[in-house]
Parts: sequence; structure tokens; C-alpha cells
Amino acid sequence: MNFENLIRLNKYEWEIPQNYRSDMLVPVRLFATRELLEQVMDDKSLEQAVNAATLPGLAGPVIVMPDMHQGYGFPIGGVAATEFPQGVVSPGAIGYDINCGVRLLASNLELNEARDDLDTLATLLNKYCPSGVGKAGVVKVKIPELDRILRDGSRWALKNGYATEADLSRTEEGGRLDGANPDKVSERAKTRGREQVGSLGAGNHFIEVEVVGEIFDEKTAAVFGLRAGCLAVQIHCGSRGLGHQVCTDYVQQFQSVVKKYGIELPDRELVCAPMDTPEGAAYLGAMRAAANFAFVNRQLLAYSARRAFEEIFKTDKAHLHQVYDIAHNMGKVETHEIEGRRLKVCVHRKGATRAFGPGTPGLPPEYQSTGQPVLVPGSMGTASWVLAGTETSMQRSFGSSCHGAGRVWSRSRAKKQVRGDELRRELEARGIKVRAGSMPGLAEETPQAYKDVDMVVETVSAVGIAKKVARLRPVVVIKG
Amino acid sequence: MGFEELPHTADWSIRVWANDLPALFAEAARSMNTLSGVQSAPGPRRKREFEIDGSDSESLLVTFLSEILYAQEDEETVFDTFDIQISGQHLSANLEGDRLRALSKPIKAVTFHDLHIQYTKHGCETTLVFDV
Repeated sequence: MNFENLIRLNKYEWEIPQNYRSDMLVPVRLFATRELLEQVMDDKSLEQAVNAATLPGLAGPVIVMPDMHQGYGFPIGGVAATEFPQGVVSPGAIGYDINCGVRLLASNLELNEARDDLDTLATLLNKYCPSGVGKAGVVKVKIPELDRILRDGSRWALKNGYATEADLSRTEEGGRLDGANPDKVSERAKTRGREQVGSLGAGNHFIEVEVVGEIFDEKTAAVFGLRAGCLAVQIHCGSRGLGHQVCTDYVQQFQSVVKKYGIELPDRELVCAPMDTPEGAAYLGAMRAAANFAFVNRQLLAYSARRAFEEIFKTDKAHLHQVYDIAHNMGKVETHEIEGRRLKVCVHRKGATRAFGPGTPGLPPEYQSTGQPVLVPGSMGTASWVLAGTETSMQRSFGSSCHGAGRVWSRSRAKKQVRGDELRRELEARGIKVRAGSMPGLAEETPQAYKDVDMVVETVSAVGIAKKVARLRPVVVIKG
Repeated sequence: MGFEELPHTADWSIRVWANDLPALFAEAARSMNTLSGVQSAPGPRRKREFEIDGSDSESLLVTFLSEILYAQEDEETVFDTFDIQISGQHLSANLEGDRLRALSKPIKAVTFHDLHIQYTKHGCETTLVFDV
């Protein structure tokens, strides 16, 4: 793939036409500048997007966000909508970490009031929010209780005192996907998940304490509860071993399912099943159950973060209210207007965030006028963004936007070029407290390994699929 | 027999080669240990036997490696000795190893992406992509 294969529509939009390859069913629409595209031209991101354009039942183009990078099967930053129920659902197009996502909590506590306690805060957050390799979560449950978590999602957390109604209202889908079916989740997946409820895991997952910096839209920031100079907490994690096992189980099972339904694909990781078949319905039930697990996982970590804040800062200003919780690896049945028709589709978002605009059903009343918060974590130690969904995202990208900065360096290159202990010292010198389970793991997440998140945000903002609200910078980083 | 890491932006990709299919499977398992930086603890050796079926060799390989990952996470066992028999689409394995003491980075899953076992004049080889 090179630039000659792409049609430049404008500075921020490109297309891979449907006739690029004979098995494509739809074109690929890329939201990116030339500079961002140059960073992925040597990897397989665009080839994977072309492969995604062969999934049966696609409605509208495959969309690729500016934070795109190479994944496996489906590119990270990809969005694809398939007609429900006759189109397919593809586990690999959602990913192993089902409902990996981000939660943002905000306070009215100013950085200046908290600066002296940041070190203690980092230690307490690290203590109360289990992270890294290992099993133990905030709670350990038996299988019947886990089934209730899988079925009820954040309603379980509310019933058990870990959440408030306000938290649920400000969580995508209220923290509970309808149609979750714990019976379609394997015993092995449940065994992996039952001790991990309320745990961060490792990899690129993190908890950060941030300070709200520049505000770009005062009115919307006020509705979201974001005040310049005040502390916020961002939690990034997913469904842990349970979700990984659900995806593993169904990708394996669907290897024969595609043969049964006569589906030919260019990559076995894209295996899929029509949603109106028993196999497709089973995966949807299991995937939704794993998504509910992830909502509870982030809710319990939010509960633990509040515990740390309350223990240190004995003031109401330190209360962490929820701004929003969103998924960026998920398959959701939604209704969108596509090429002039209102269609019910399964929107596969893999490394892409839902970005519903103002007036979209399902948003809490207070966000009906603003659109939903779109949370875009940047690379470690740089900046994160809060954006808002727009009407344009509903028209152009199935109500979706970017999910982060997007990697450009391999993990091995990052470890060769950066030492974890040096990076930690550098971050600490900039006033960022760091708690990390592994120094090589920290090195892998060096900011140089990622694109410039500001450039990514500039692109989605210019295309109009999200608008800038606020920019946050970290003061505490907790990594597994 | 051996493996090498290939460039991949976000996950881990390797090329692995061996004289025959069972050795390829064993080497792929060893590659996961190396990439994850597993450290074993001294103590009584742990043994595990299992049998699996797959629709083809690639499917068998993914299932086999997924079993290893599961043992690593749930049973905290790291295997270093592999006796593998493959007959058609059936695999039987006798594994030995130690208790897992620590690892630097877990593998989330073994994917089918770019997975094609090829037979060469020296044996067989394939690429593998691990989600991390």
C-alpha cells in the first residue's frame, strides 16, 4: 500500500476505493493527515482495513481513525458496521480485551491544594487499585455471583454498594448491555475472571491522576463538571482474562463456522458468524457478558480511587464525580442513517470510541445538549483529551471517534531505546509521580512510542466527528 | 529450531521454525516464555497431560499455546519440557515445568493473524502474532 492507492478527499480525509481489491465489499474511509498516514504506511494497518472491508453484510464504508495502527485481523482505530441481524459479527474485529475502555472522574480539588499529598496519593492508589500481573481484584466472587455480574453489569455494583445511580447514568449503556448471556461464557473464562473483578492488569492499562489544563469549550466543560486547575482521575482497563478467553473461545470456534456458512475471508483472525445464526447469537451474548464484567471492573477501581481520595483529602471538594465511562473495544447494535436509510447495524469499534452527538437517545439528560464525553487518553506523561460527540460523527463515522494516541514504535524498539528507570526519573523530574510494576513495561509505554495525541485530536476536530472540550495533563501515573 | 521477533507496532510477532511439527509447537511455547520474561520458582516439578483436537495444524497450534497461557495464568505454572505427539488433527501433550514466580509481561491471547504453517526442506515454520 502506498499513497498512489489512496484518493485524497481533503487535508484530513482519504479513501481506499472499493476497486482497490476485488474482494472488497465497501470502500475504506481514512480520517488522517498525510503526516499521520506516513507513520503507518510501512505497517499493515491499511492492509488490515482493506481486509475488514470484506466482512459480509457491511453497511457503509470501513472507517479508520487517525490513531490507527497495526493490530491483528482488524486495524486498531477501525470501525465497521454490519447490518443486523443478517450481517456478521466478528470477534477479532472487537478484540480480545472486550470493552477495554476509559472512565474519567473529576473533582473540585485544585492541584495547588493537593500538591504536597501527591506522593501519598500515588502510594494509596497503587495499594487500593490492584494492578500488574496476577489475579487478585478488589473482590473475589464465586461463579454464581460472577454470573450476576455478567448479566447485570454495573447494576450489580450499585446493588453491592460500589456505585451510585449517577455513576450508572454516566456510563455507556448504563454500565449494562442488554442481551448478555452468561451461559455462553465458558467455564474457563469464568475461572479466569472470578478473582480479577476490580483489577487493572498490565500492558498499556493505567490509572492517572490528572489536572484539568486548557478548557476549549467552557459551557460543555461545565456540564461535564470539569474545572481548570482541578484534579481528575482516568482509569483505562478492560475485561481482563475473562474477556480474553471469550474472544479466544469464539475465534477458535468460528474457524469452522465460516466454512459452515460459506464465508471466505483473507485473514483467519477475522472469522465471523451471521448474527441471526445460533453461533452469532451465542457470541453476542458472551461478548455482552464480558463487556458487563469490564464495566464492573472499572466501577470497582473507581470505588477504590474514591477511597484513596477520601482518605487523604478530608474535604467535599475531593469527591470524585463521574464524567463518563466509555468502551473502545466493543460491538454494539445501534441504529444509524447510512446512505439515506435508517439501518440497525452492529458497529464494531476496535480502538475507537463511541461519540454520540447531541440529542442521541441513550445519553443522560444533562448530556443531551452537549453530546457525550469522548475520552482520549494520550501517551504516558503527555496529555489526555476530553472531547464531545457531534452530529457530524453520527453522519460520518457511525457515531465514533478516536480512542488515543496510537502506537508507532514496536514494544521491543521502545525497550531498546528507552530505559524504564531513566524514564521514571524523567517523569518524576517533571513532577509526575510514577508507580509501575515493571520497568521494562514502563519503557514500552514511553511517549516516543506513540503518535502526538494533539495531532490526532486536531484531525478528528477538523473532520468534525468530535469537538475539543478540555486538555488534561498527568500528575500521578499508576501502571501494572 | 528457533524463533525471531518480527516488527509489530503494538503486539508481538515472531517467526518460529523447527525440524517437525511437534518441535515447532514446543519452540513456539518456549518463545512465549522468553517474550513474557517468565521466571520459575524452585520446588517440585509440575506435570500436565492433555489432548486436543483442531480443524487443522494452525488451529491445533493456537489451542495448544492457549492451553499453555491458561496454565500460566490460572495454575501459575510455566512449562519448559514438552513431549508432543501430533497425529492428523489430534494432539497429545505431556508437559513438565515449575511454579511461575514472576513474569514481566503477560500475553493476552494467541491469534490466527498471519498464521500459515509452511513446510520447507528443513522442516516447518510459521509466523505468530500474540496479543499483549
